[in-house]
Amino acid sequence: MDFIITLVNGLSMGGTYAMIALGYTMVYGIAKMLNFAHGDIIMIGGYAILVGLSVNPLLAVLFSMLFCMLLGVLIERVAYRPLRGSSPLAVLITAIGVSYLLQSIILAIPQFGADTHYVVIIKDLGSLQIGEVLIGYDTIITLAITIVVMVSLTLFIKFTKTGRAMIAVSEDRDAARLMGINVNFIITLTFAIGSVLAAVAGFCSLLDTPWLEPYYGSLPGIKAFAAAVIGGIGSIPGAMLGGILLGIVECLCNSVQEIAPYTIAIEFIILILILLVKPTGILGKKRREKV
Amino acid sequence: MNKILEPFKRISWKYLINYIAVAVVGLLFTVLTFSSGLPQSTLFLLEKITMNIILVVSLSLVVGFLGELSLGHAGFMCVGAYIGGKVACILSESIDGDGIVSFLIALLVGAAVAGAFGFIIGLPALRLKGDYLAIVTLAFGEIVKTVFANSSEDTFGGSMGLRTPRFDKQYLFIIGFVLVLITLAVIQNLIRSKHGRAITAIRDNEIAARATGINVTKYKLIAFVISAIFAGVAGVFYSFANSTVKASVFDYNYSIDILIMVVIGGMGNISGAIISATAITYINTELQTLLTGGAAVYKDIIYALILIVIIIYNNASALKSFRERFNLKALLKKTKLFNKTRQGYADDEGKWDRVPTKIDMDELLSVDVNVVESIKNPDKEEM
Repeated sequence: MDFIITLVNGLSMGGTYAMIALGYTMVYGIAKMLNFAHGDIIMIGGYAILVGLSVNPLLAVLFSMLFCMLLGVLIERVAYRPLRGSSPLAVLITAIGVSYLLQSIILAIPQFGADTHYVVIIKDLGSLQIGEVLIGYDTIITLAITIVVMVSLTLFIKFTKTGRAMIAVSEDRDAARLMGINVNFIITLTFAIGSVLAAVAGFCSLLDTPWLEPYYGSLPGIKAFAAAVIGGIGSIPGAMLGGILLGIVECLCNSVQEIAPYTIAIEFIILILILLVKPTGILGKKRREKV
Repeated sequence: MNKILEPFKRISWKYLINYIAVAVVGLLFTVLTFSSGLPQSTLFLLEKITMNIILVVSLSLVVGFLGELSLGHAGFMCVGAYIGGKVACILSESIDGDGIVSFLIALLVGAAVAGAFGFIIGLPALRLKGDYLAIVTLAFGEIVKTVFANSSEDTFGGSMGLRTPRFDKQYLFIIGFVLVLITLAVIQNLIRSKHGRAITAIRDNEIAARATGINVTKYKLIAFVISAIFAGVAGVFYSFANSTVKASVFDYNYSIDILIMVVIGGMGNISGAIISATAITYINTELQTLLTGGAAVYKDIIYALILIVIIIYNNASALKSFRERFNLKALLKKTKLFNKTRQGYADDEGKWDRVPTKIDMDELLSVDVNVVESIKNPDKEEM
């Protein structure tokens, strides 16, 4: 029975990772850059929820999504767009700078600072009993949100004109431009969607671990990037698979007392091994480098 | 007169000035500490500055000259600190020497182990590049931190940290200055050598470098391992300057701090790296003692903004013409004071705006061929 509970918890945690990984993978696939600040957008979303909670929990979540979307678009516009087409290292360092900036802004706001805030979005969720298995409602909510988000995102990308334009931009930016696609708009839209996903992921992860602090997003962000790489970066089903795999591995490791402290190390060793054996990830496609 | 000056002209002052500056400052403080004694806080600051210079110069080799991003520099430092500290512990028990010998042995072992880790992590990681390499080095740093933090009490101290026999405080910083000089000697000579040119060639265009016969993996590995070795040296130095080594110090943010120093100093510029490491360490330490909390948090915002602005200013294609018109070199040339162009070498410094990600085919194909008039119409001359 314990094993099933661990598995369900892993699925739920994996769902959160998958949502963050989706943001990474979409930005990576379309803008061809690693958005280091993605994890910190989750953290900012958490603080937005904290601010909005004084009014209404539902409004707080909506406010957080809107705020993160605007923030993501702003970051793309100010920091990343001027660097389009320049060396990847420059873009990477700028992204790290943005991540550092977001953290230090939260640290500098006196109401937040370095303190840990306890964020309760929905009080006393309780849990559902199926036979002998007890599953918390937070887990169920996270799973449900993950499934809805993934299905709607896949449908959006496969069947709408904008979604297909995104695929086109990710495959060949110049050719997409020749086809009359507004590449800048598509990239901005990608950042907007990615940031909204980050806000949703922040909500889900606050249900699970409600202790908010300025570095709340950095480790989940890095892990979710690992998940995106494991699944194959640039591939949307890959991000889902990688996220859920990582969540299950994490919960399984945490359930064994002896190896629980080494969970992070194990996850990253898996990442390094995957990159060694199959650098493109499980579902990634190999791309040839052209001169 | 000119003949006497001739050999001096060939000296590359750009590199020599670094040795001179470090040696002079080091000697100055050595004289001060032996004549009148320095306060504890100054000694502490000097130790920190020398340690950070070693870290920044060694990271500069990877980021500035090789053009790859390593986010695990603190991880290599962590390895050096723990291994060096442990060796020092063992030595102080067995040969009860707390002197220079145990420090040297600890230094060699710590640096070697950090270098070995650099090799192990570099071998697979360097097949990848850019973002992947950054994330693998970051993962490495986290793995190292976790492993050392969860070690058992009697091996590496566990969560309480490893207690190390502290060195005599009075002259530890002199060793720091000597280590900085050694670091400079190795890294600057590497950069000026044939190997260094290969490394900068890889940064400027990896495909072109490979096409000219440069063994890209080998040179990447050389740069990576040397960088890791000196991070290990800084780690050993850390373990001697502090009485406990705690894994939580060497986190991701420490790697970012070092990266910020490299970028602010100017990528691919050793003098800049030294200056920025000194200035930022000084500012950080002074601010922490002057303003507790409160205003000190704004400095991080300022660093982050400087980082972003520098990178965008140096790389944005929209600012290219502006940059060419208003850079320091062009302004100096206008004053005619510095209007000498050195012959022989081209400048080594990273010109990031010139790094093409793809070879521009238009540029390649539209080479202006100046056909000499006489070849064009050979019979004109005869007439």
